[in-house]
Amino acid sequence: MPTLSDVLDGTEICICAGSGGVGKTTTSAAIATGMAAQGLKVCVLTIDPAKRLADSLGLKELGNEARQVDPALFEKQGVEMKGELWAMMLDAKATFDELIARQAPDEESRDRVLENRIYQQISSALAGSQEYMAMEKLFELHTEGKFDLLVLDTPPTRNALDFLEAPKRLTQFIEGRSLRMFMKPSGLAAKVAGRGASVALGVFKRLVGFDLLADLAEFFNAFSGMVDGFQARAKRVNKLLADPSTCFLVVCGPQGEPVDEAVYFHRKLVEAKLPFGGVIVNKVHYPADELGASTVDLPTALAEKLGDESLGQRVAANFSDYQALAERDARNIERLAKELSTRGVIRIPYLDEDVHDLTGLAEINRYLFATGEQRIEMAAGRA
Amino acid sequence: MRGYSYGGPLFLPALEIARNCPIPELLDKRLVIVTGKGGVGKTTVAVALGLRAAGEGKRTIVCEVSSQENASRIFDHTAVGFHEVEMEENLWSISIDPDESMREYVLLQLKVRAMRDMLFRSRIFNYLAAATPGLKELVTIGKIWELAQLDRKVKKGRKYDLVIVDAPATGHGVGFLQTPRTFANIARVGPIHSQAQTLDRFITDHEHTGTAIVALPEEMPVNESAALEKDLRDEVGVAVDRVYLNGLYPERFSKPEAERLAALAEGEEGAVRAAARAALSEHGRARSQRAQLARLRRRVEAPVKTLPFLFEPDLGPEAARRLARRLS
Repeated sequence: MPTLSDVLDGTEICICAGSGGVGKTTTSAAIATGMAAQGLKVCVLTIDPAKRLADSLGLKELGNEARQVDPALFEKQGVEMKGELWAMMLDAKATFDELIARQAPDEESRDRVLENRIYQQISSALAGSQEYMAMEKLFELHTEGKFDLLVLDTPPTRNALDFLEAPKRLTQFIEGRSLRMFMKPSGLAAKVAGRGASVALGVFKRLVGFDLLADLAEFFNAFSGMVDGFQARAKRVNKLLADPSTCFLVVCGPQGEPVDEAVYFHRKLVEAKLPFGGVIVNKVHYPADELGASTVDLPTALAEKLGDESLGQRVAANFSDYQALAERDARNIERLAKELSTRGVIRIPYLDEDVHDLTGLAEINRYLFATGEQRIEMAAGRA
Repeated sequence: MRGYSYGGPLFLPALEIARNCPIPELLDKRLVIVTGKGGVGKTTVAVALGLRAAGEGKRTIVCEVSSQENASRIFDHTAVGFHEVEMEENLWSISIDPDESMREYVLLQLKVRAMRDMLFRSRIFNYLAAATPGLKELVTIGKIWELAQLDRKVKKGRKYDLVIVDAPATGHGVGFLQTPRTFANIARVGPIHSQAQTLDRFITDHEHTGTAIVALPEEMPVNESAALEKDLRDEVGVAVDRVYLNGLYPERFSKPEAERLAALAEGEEGAVRAAARAALSEHGRARSQRAQLARLRRRVEAPVKTLPFLFEPDLGPEAARRLARRLS
């Protein structure tokens, strides 16, 4: 079974995807740390990280550009940094503004776009802009070539798929080719295109109010000089994502729902011909047999060892509760491995402490980069 | 053991949980919005609230807006789609699809059939509807509003006493709930302008609309819940009525007991060690969660209520009912 280091060997871009609440941010940070420790120059792009995790990485006053994390912080945790770890917090709005500034043919068209209310709405609030800008920043950093590996913590989305589809939706919106035709002052195109379209446009105007349409028209006009640049760029971004040097890792939890999501997301990756690297399951309860425990009259054995019958019973009852969860996790992970036709499921155990600082990160990291056998030994407390 | 009772597979803390404590000021509203980060158990809490209200005789509907159909899954029901489907006595469920909502909205707005048909067939209309920022969210909230009306706009619409919304995960703060206000600002005239204003008033009407945040007893979710409460108040004008701290581990072992178990885990092998380590893990998690509970109470203004972690592989209707009884 390949370890994570094997999976990421030769990878230039690692994208951690999954639904919300499965520990993506922590996992991304731990992957970046591990690869940096091995000697690479790594940058982790994260969005909205936990305050304390940000603080511990020294990300507090970070803007939209990468900063190096002090290696001394990791050495305190017993992690030797042979390479460099850089980190940045992505600001979708600022990235979008920068992109406009770069693509605009002149200052006037730049300002027209930046001041347009539709643009302001799209760049800060519209679903999809974060995903789009995450891809954009990734592309920019990759083109600059300052790092050996880029690790992207994808934005929280309603479902993991949004991450793949949102950029496309947004580019389609920006292109707005069919729409722009109808909004030309003459309306001639609309007449040519047929009565249906012009009636539709008329009804839409009546429904949403003319004002909005005027703003849209203004937006498309201001944007018209940039559309080609955007399209060319989008093509290059897509090519980069499909490149063999890119690796998508699916992150999930062991419950039924996140596993379903992971299976679905994997299928979409395959359909889109994007390179899938493996799956990481967080917060897994390891089953008793892997922990070296056969359950022969445990309450009695515990009561004897502890000299306390009540405590022995409670410890045994608690253990059987944990085992019920472990059995569920094992069932779901088996299903996951089967659906994804992979044996490379990395199981991170449910650690006793909530992971939100470097200590927790270092521990996650030990599990991430271990072999399957080493992980079981660690979970059983034998290593 | 300090004041805990052992009840089958579930340990129940005697503290903090008021059995069958009435929650009138929340369930007497017309609309309850259940919100929070992804993966914190919003659907579970929304369904539990629904079961509780239905149990009190209120005709209740739980709305999902993420097309994931997690609510019907709890009841082992097949996907309900854009239909009001009865799950239990007095409890209905619907999955609100934005495209269907848009269609329904247009049907209600345009009385001329030929015009509607032309519109639905028109590519440009579909493009505009998809491209207009926030329109999908707006019609979704519009549908929620419609469900909450005593005078339903939909023909022969069922009257509900309470509508519960399992809101989309707040990836970016409060975007979804803010849509009507944003929209009212963008579209300054036309029917949508006034409708967006109506929806904004509906969401911010604290007499009839309640809001509950669901959190987990962990560092990040606690921080995010505090930030969410503030954003809801400052940016949307919504006051939060409850913060439900979900998945709280029971305190099964005392500190001296944990010390004895630590010694046992060191000196033993096999099952005894594994069991001792599981107990220590439970103890550690229960303690750090209590610290998070205290942090949450300090950081939010709304009352914080706890819901126990259920040691159950999968959450079915029984577990949801048990949580419903524990809601306060």
